[in-house]
Amino acid sequence: MSLPKRESPKNKRVSLFVTCLIDMIFPETGMSVVKILEHLGITVDFPMEQTCCGQPAFNGGYRKEAREVAIQFLKAFKNAEVIVTPSGSCAAMIRHEYMALLQDNEKWLSEAERIASITWEFTEFLVDGLGITDLKAALPKPEKFAFHDSCHGLRHLELGSHGRELLKNIQNADLTDLKDSDVCCGFGGLFSVKMPDISGAMLQKKIDNIDECSAKTILGGDVSCMMHMNGGLEKQKSNKRVRHIADILAEGLPGK
Amino acid sequence: MKIQSNDFSKIAKRAINDPDLQAAVSFGTNLGYTKRKAAMFAESLEHGEAMRKQAASIKRRALNQLPDLLEQAEANMQAKGIKVLWASNDTEANQHVLEIAQKHQVKLAVKSKSMVTEETGLNHALEDEKIEVIETDLGEFIVQLGEETPSHIVVPIIHKTKSSIRNVLIEKANMLPLDDTEEMTDFCRQHLRQKFLNADMGISGGNFIIAETGSLCLVTNEGNGRMVTSLPKVHVALVGIEKVIATVEDYATLTQVLPRSATGQTLTVYTNIINGPRYANEPDGPEHVYVIFLDNGRSKIYASGYTESLACIRCGACLNACPVYQSTGGHAYGWVYPGPIGAIVTPLLKGLENSTPLPNASSLCGMCKEVCPVDIDIPRMLLDLRHDLTEQKRSPKIWGLGINIWAKINKSPHLYKLSGKVAALFSKLLPLKNLPGPLAGWTKHRTLPVLAKKSFRGLWQEHHNEKAENND
Repeated sequence: MSLPKRESPKNKRVSLFVTCLIDMIFPETGMSVVKILEHLGITVDFPMEQTCCGQPAFNGGYRKEAREVAIQFLKAFKNAEVIVTPSGSCAAMIRHEYMALLQDNEKWLSEAERIASITWEFTEFLVDGLGITDLKAALPKPEKFAFHDSCHGLRHLELGSHGRELLKNIQNADLTDLKDSDVCCGFGGLFSVKMPDISGAMLQKKIDNIDECSAKTILGGDVSCMMHMNGGLEKQKSNKRVRHIADILAEGLPGK
Repeated sequence: MKIQSNDFSKIAKRAINDPDLQAAVSFGTNLGYTKRKAAMFAESLEHGEAMRKQAASIKRRALNQLPDLLEQAEANMQAKGIKVLWASNDTEANQHVLEIAQKHQVKLAVKSKSMVTEETGLNHALEDEKIEVIETDLGEFIVQLGEETPSHIVVPIIHKTKSSIRNVLIEKANMLPLDDTEEMTDFCRQHLRQKFLNADMGISGGNFIIAETGSLCLVTNEGNGRMVTSLPKVHVALVGIEKVIATVEDYATLTQVLPRSATGQTLTVYTNIINGPRYANEPDGPEHVYVIFLDNGRSKIYASGYTESLACIRCGACLNACPVYQSTGGHAYGWVYPGPIGAIVTPLLKGLENSTPLPNASSLCGMCKEVCPVDIDIPRMLLDLRHDLTEQKRSPKIWGLGINIWAKINKSPHLYKLSGKVAALFSKLLPLKNLPGPLAGWTKHRTLPVLAKKSFRGLWQEHHNEKAENND
């Protein structure tokens, strides 16, 4: 299904969908997003009624449950002008699946379409939405980074170079390549617990590539993949970590 | 072929722990993936994408017209002297071949590579009636000698190392202990040459059937396909009904994307377009050509929401690109068609009850769709099959229960907040190293993330209050 046409998000209030994982496990990443958006002079709000986008149920084949949670999302964001979320896979869920999920629901379908058309993944919002690739950020000392391209962002939202473009303009941030950066880390939501050995084998390949990479910090745009890879890296006592691009950008913001 | 797809995880685990298999599959899939990319986009990215788009619409158009095209193909083939037969299932197909063999007193049949004959178990059916069958595709020949099954659609022995192939040839075909790849190949060539010359019947599959001309198209690299279809006096082709396309022009596009996607070649070494038995003025060729159209569940798929899966041209690109296939190899999928496309086709042809794990054998990374030369939305169909699984109550009850509770929590902001607080408290009081029950797989390979002491909504509230104070 093609994505609905979207209006420019410039000069609009941003409602942050922080995602359930960031809310409960990585709240600092959510705050990084807030800092960046407010630094750009954007009015940010956080609808307190938000929970999850419904993806775990949808990907598991539980559409009734996914629908119920999706409707809760629509209720929570009913007043939103623009929605920004620091997760490619949650953004893809809202933009690609909500309309199909609610196609027989007269009450919610048009709202699903509206919500899909105003939802942006964080880097996509900055680069495509606002036309900003340079945040005038600088890190205190030189540091090397590489990117892991999360599958949903890359293949569902076609976020190719957004994160890299933002990083390139951070002073003192050096960009290198991670081998097979576009290959899945093996997370896949419930896949990682339903088929742990296969997921683990995929994770091992990713960890091997991270170990061989000259950067100590790998950046990504999805905390779910980040949590998965860091879980593996920590288990193997590696000193490398995966971090969210928003955290690095926020660290380097001027005036900090 | 006996189906064992319900043992997916068990066989996969064995494959993951088999270093030889891992090395072989990793080498083969990497090579296939890299060569595909180079060949597909040799001219330019735009050209490659345009070819894909064109191929995708050709196959969809053919599917839209499928009943008409099949009738047209049948009429045009018959006009050329090809006898056309129809088989609604595997038993009927094998029976047709057997009757043809008996009619022509066949004792030895040579075969070129064909996945549908794997589907029907043709070799065993013929062997049961004392007809010798020899696979002549090099990979399939090794598979047959080793009494295995193919583990890849295009590269049947992708799971084998050179030394394991060597062992099979020494043990089963009395090869001298040769070690040089070229010498080993030459041994197979000599061995098979005599079979070609002695065979009474050649059996092939078919990559495409062109309806407007009534032609059977075969692409091969070893030349065995040409010998199978031209040396013996009888040639039988078994093809799935979805293989029919409309025009020669359509074929011109498809014959470009198939080899590029399958083996990274712009064209295969041999391209055969077969137009019937030997004419009176021709020096060679078979006296009889039969084409058997096989349904075997395909019309059921055609009438379902999964019609698009019939567009598959069996190039194997999705296997090479799939990180799950790369880790498990093909045998784990438990039937004829492995990899992402197999995870769809197997449940559709053999029933979800016989292949329950397959729709979940994917992280939904989307690589399969990205490389598919006819743009089949495999992840979408995997999601739909997962939905079918839950509708048919074939998913483990514990997951259903878990998702049910999860949904109750997530559709109520109040419960969500409360459960977040409770979970954070548990995470602090009872830090788990190993998760219990169905979640244990996570902690086998990863540490458990610690829930934050203060949730984002807590931090947001503070931030909000701070801002309010600053504004005062």
